[in-house]
Amino acid sequence: MSDVMRAKSASVASGKGSMAARTQRRINPDHLQLALPCVALLVMLIVIFTIKPAAFSYFGFGLLFNLAVPLILASMAQMLIICLGDIDLSVGNFVGFVTCVVAVFLQDKPLIAVALLAAGIAAYAGVGVLIQLRGLPSIIVTLGMSFVWLGLALLILPSPGGNAPDWLTGAMSLQPPWIPLPLLIAVVVAALGQWLLKRSAYGVVLLGAGANPRAAARAGWSLLRARIVMYGAAGVLAVVSGLTLSGLTTSGDPNIAPTYTLLGVGAVILGGGSFTGGLVSPVGTVVGAMTLSLAGSLLSFLNVPPVWQVGAQGVILFLVLAGRVFIGQGKR
Amino acid sequence: MKSFSIRQSPWLFGFIGAAVIFVATIIVSHGAGAGATFHAAVAFSVFSVLVAISQMLVITSGPGNIDLSVPTVLTLCAYLSMGVMQGSNAWLPVGLIVAMGVGLLAGAFNYAAILLLRLPPIIATLASSFIFQSLAMNAGGESTIKPPSLLSGFTSLSIGPVSVLALLVVVLTIALAIGLERSLFGRRLLATGQSEPAARFAGIKVRQVRLISYAGAGLFAGLAGFLLAGFTGGAALNMGDTYLMESIAVVVLGGTSVAGGQANAIGIWGSALFFNLVTIMLNAFGTPVGLRYLLTGAIIILIVTAATRPIARA
Repeated sequence: MSDVMRAKSASVASGKGSMAARTQRRINPDHLQLALPCVALLVMLIVIFTIKPAAFSYFGFGLLFNLAVPLILASMAQMLIICLGDIDLSVGNFVGFVTCVVAVFLQDKPLIAVALLAAGIAAYAGVGVLIQLRGLPSIIVTLGMSFVWLGLALLILPSPGGNAPDWLTGAMSLQPPWIPLPLLIAVVVAALGQWLLKRSAYGVVLLGAGANPRAAARAGWSLLRARIVMYGAAGVLAVVSGLTLSGLTTSGDPNIAPTYTLLGVGAVILGGGSFTGGLVSPVGTVVGAMTLSLAGSLLSFLNVPPVWQVGAQGVILFLVLAGRVFIGQGKR
Repeated sequence: MKSFSIRQSPWLFGFIGAAVIFVATIIVSHGAGAGATFHAAVAFSVFSVLVAISQMLVITSGPGNIDLSVPTVLTLCAYLSMGVMQGSNAWLPVGLIVAMGVGLLAGAFNYAAILLLRLPPIIATLASSFIFQSLAMNAGGESTIKPPSLLSGFTSLSIGPVSVLALLVVVLTIALAIGLERSLFGRRLLATGQSEPAARFAGIKVRQVRLISYAGAGLFAGLAGFLLAGFTGGAALNMGDTYLMESIAVVVLGGTSVAGGQANAIGIWGSALFFNLVTIMLNAFGTPVGLRYLLTGAIIILIVTAATRPIARA
């Protein structure tokens, strides 16, 4: 159904649209969507490697994408929520909470740490239940939860510090043969996400529950179960994101990751996702997150003054997303 | 159409909550400091209300419309207006015009990006907030320029126990509430927010309505930045940070629907007073900052759960 709708919207949208629509009949629109963040990522890498050829190496790739790993995982968590037509404003602060739990408890009292993280995941699923049963706007409930997670993190660890266990920091500095660890994680996450959400039987049901909840319910699928699964899985991904982040920074910080919330949303949309529900791309989200996290490095390679770096990131976001208009894929 | 009582009830939570907290403070402190508490709550609520009005205009214009650039527009306008005035009372009108004008342009820029690049508002305003933040940094990030004495005097001026600024913002809020219900633009905004296709069929220029609501949102954010800089003794890079999430929470708990098409200006005062009273009370008790956030979050979820009638999802 979406192909027809997209072709229509493209041809209505502009004069160039009809040409774009004709092209789309030959190319799978999903692939066209995916090309956008990939091209952006490739262009950035080419610029970086032109400026600093030494970065084109095993270690160079590792360093460039190290900090992309937690963002990728947080973006995947956000993607699952956006897939249901919801939005999660709490994931950034939840990741911060996880780093605090890890830094304070995981080394000395692993049982408490595991219990707290499990409770966090259960709370995520609980938020899904609350939103489903009471018909609440997810934006407000997760906004409230973002304060809850920040508060809990500050109660556990009032100021940044603590120590991540050695096995965790060790795991994050592993050097697998041929492919650097961050890239390996990115590929595995993208492949797993693509397979579970787009290829598995229940994954397709979940996509359907996001795209047309009424139809999914009529077909006998439980929307409550769909929300529990998606919010619970988002909680798991956010916990893993926090684990990798504290493995990289070796400590905990309540305020380390609030930007992950909105950068994650950006990664999902950049990767071809849409807020209308059911339209998300796991591979696109991973590439989108890598693009966003590389944008910062690119700007320092280009010697952009620090005061302009934030703004330049905004411009990059606009430029890449503007590409959607040209391929006639602009969606609300 | 929801019934009258359901539509009316949610926004009362803010006022009731504020009253309960206030009475509790009086009882705990045996009446001492009640006046000061109320005064402080009102003083801070003024800025929460202005920022929330800004957010309300955007949220009301339709589902998915939200302005994440409110805090950075506020900061940018504060810096630019303070920079123009350089502490001189004579330049006060120019500073006000700069603050509101830049805010207006920023809001218009947001909507232009949404329209031309066909972006979801949340993404467009996120990207533009990065740009506004950089602009604010360049407009004198490190050095703080003192506001003109007249401006700082005005923001803390009060006749008896009543803050003049608060009184003016109350009048503004009431005018806005009446305007939304009665004026042509108000009706068009609500209609656009309720159903874009229906509004279009009714002959409403939907894009024009949205442009005005985004530009208006920027204008109010700019005004808030101008006044806040006057109140706190100058602009600061992080002056808007807390208002990002707060603006959304205050608007929604004030009875405005996140789905758009239903605004409540008066309710904003209730929830703004409530939030600021809770913060002041917890501060007075020496509550750790973590617990304060935890309670704030729990209150938001509790109120929105209590105020929303359980509906089976479509």
